[in-house]
Amino acid sequence: MTELKGQLLEVSGVSVTFDGFRAINNLSFSIGPAEMRAIIGPNGAGKTTFMDIVTGKTRPDEGHVLWGEKSINLIGMNEARIAQAGIGRKFQRPTVFEDQSVYDNLLMAVKNARGPFSVLLYRPSFKDRGRVEQLASEIGLAEEIHRKSGELSHGQKQWLEIGMLLAQEPRLLLVDEPAAGMTLAEREQTTDILVEAAKTRAVVVVEHDMEFVRRLNCKVTVLHEGSVLAEGSLDHVTANQQVIDVYLGR
Amino acid sequence: MNRSFVLRNPSILVFLALLAFFTLAVTALSEGFGVALISTSFVKTLGKTLCLALVAVAMDLVWGYCGILSLGHFAFFGLGGYMIGMWLMYERTRGIVEASLAEAPIPPTPQEVVDAIGNQIFGVVGSSEFPLVWAFADSLVLQLLLVVILPGLLALVFGWLAFRSRVTGVYLSILTQAMTLALSLYLFQNDSGLRGNNGLSGLQNLPGLDAVPQAVVSIWFLWASALALGLGYLLAAWLVSGKFGSVVRGIRDNEARVRFLGYSVESYKLVIFTLTAMIAGIAGALYYPQAGIINPAEIAPIASIYLAVWVAIGGRGRLYGAVIGAVFVSLVSTWFTGGQAPDVNLGFYTVKWVDWWLIVLGLSFVLVTLFAPKGIGGLFDLIAARRGPDRHGDDLGPDQGSLREKEAVE
Ligand SMILES: Nc1ncnc2c1ncn2[C@@H]1O[C@H](COP(=O)(O)OP(=O)(O)OP(=O)(O)O)[C@@H](O)[C@H]1O
Ligand SMILES: [Mg+2]
Repeated sequence: MTELKGQLLEVSGVSVTFDGFRAINNLSFSIGPAEMRAIIGPNGAGKTTFMDIVTGKTRPDEGHVLWGEKSINLIGMNEARIAQAGIGRKFQRPTVFEDQSVYDNLLMAVKNARGPFSVLLYRPSFKDRGRVEQLASEIGLAEEIHRKSGELSHGQKQWLEIGMLLAQEPRLLLVDEPAAGMTLAEREQTTDILVEAAKTRAVVVVEHDMEFVRRLNCKVTVLHEGSVLAEGSLDHVTANQQVIDVYLGR
Repeated sequence: MNRSFVLRNPSILVFLALLAFFTLAVTALSEGFGVALISTSFVKTLGKTLCLALVAVAMDLVWGYCGILSLGHFAFFGLGGYMIGMWLMYERTRGIVEASLAEAPIPPTPQEVVDAIGNQIFGVVGSSEFPLVWAFADSLVLQLLLVVILPGLLALVFGWLAFRSRVTGVYLSILTQAMTLALSLYLFQNDSGLRGNNGLSGLQNLPGLDAVPQAVVSIWFLWASALALGLGYLLAAWLVSGKFGSVVRGIRDNEARVRFLGYSVESYKLVIFTLTAMIAGIAGALYYPQAGIINPAEIAPIASIYLAVWVAIGGRGRLYGAVIGAVFVSLVSTWFTGGQAPDVNLGFYTVKWVDWWLIVLGLSFVLVTLFAPKGIGGLFDLIAARRGPDRHGDDLGPDQGSLREKEAVE
């Protein structure tokens, strides 16, 4: 296991088939404990499915997903256990609890004991309330903190979900298309938050917007038909003829 | 902390005040303690209605808040009734048997007393042996414990099996129907040990209190039912406030998302399912002594469906909605099916409400579901002008503020 040293997540030889269709094909991927990585690739390349596998939503047919210093195998663990182990996820479509306030959404995400009985007896501490308020202002929702999140705009929901992700204090953030539906200014601030987060933890960002990816200024992995087509700096992969053919050229 | 919790939810205080006022008013008008404007049998109807409101609160927790459409909670209600009914029947029969054996020249041995009780109780099903399930029937304390333990245990095992394999939605509803159907069919058998289709009867007579008239007993039960409803309502309101309530409502709206936050959805569902089964058991244990009789027909699948209808009509996802639904629908239903509602003569056809009531109920259920998904309780929103967002449907998507196109041009 020496080759795993220094890697937080190590995915190797993973394949998954849906009704005979191979969505992920012998995929290998790894990321260090404080690293930013962008994943790009055409629609249907398997980017979201990759996140599904890491977070326990989809069980791969073969391969390994190893996590942390102890190289725990994540395959077979349920979603809640994997989330507790320190993997947070933002979905492609913003999914927040629309019936509840911004405050309640964030408080639910703040890192704390997750069992039913400890949650039942939980009362928000001064520290937790402060954390929620701090997060809310970081994501520009300080004014909206008591509004129902269903009333927020699309971009604000994206923000809220990013805030919930940060509240979980995960060691690995999987972020699926965070900038969709955001204004230019919002996008820039999203970049700042993600770059800041990547100083202390691993961040994987899936994004179609090349400008956004450029601003992240990190290593890029190109997925195509369920496996890695190219990997390296953005300039390196965009110069790759295969990448131009399947993704950029269209 | 508790004080601020009630203060943050003024509807709790309003509810408790109304409940207290109602109980005092009925007492003042009753035959037992008041001016005898309300008959004892109607006092019992009102007391039973409070028990139905309590089981509706439980249903609202499990369905309206947690999103599990259980169509089996009346099984737990019935089990609670059976558990208390066993003690009531055993003790009362023992009183009668001992009184009659006391006349005999030789004092009876304890075994002879037990045999005679068995004969009395199980004569109708052609037996006199006490089945194993009656092992604790002579102990009020144990039977009272069973009122909560048995439904809780059944719910725990059933829920564990169902939630663990991630059965949700309509499949779960069908499973819960199958559970209550199986239980009722089992109890219908004579050798189930609970007197088959005869059920348990004479439950209105409290052992050792023959001298107390029913007019008084009915008020005792009214107060006990009101107390149970008040406490159950408080407990439910406490559960759904705060973070636990957040998580539970989150499960209802998007259980996958809750999982990715690190919450074990299955354990939360199990806690809610089991707890509400226990509440249903308590409600049943207070209901059947007022009804006087319990038999397996009480836990037929349709009973649990009615429960869902009450909660839907009252307005799920708010506790007072469940209470309103149960009280309103069950009282109106009693009025129509009790033959009090005057028949409507249309000339060519006479509408007999006894026959037509179910159709009216079914129709109002459909109409409420289609046009007023918040039910009667939703009317309070009009007063408070409190309007929630529509949770259903897709996002509106990027609005004009999203400068994606423009940005691409740059
Ligand atoms: N649960 C599923 N059942 C069947 N097919 C699936 C399932 N999930 C994904 N797929 C298929 O797997 C392929 C990869 O899908 P995925 O959502 O991972 O693509 P993506 O790279 O995220 O694309 P996009 O950029 O459009 O979000 C697609 O062809 C999709 O139809
Ligand atoms: Mg995708």
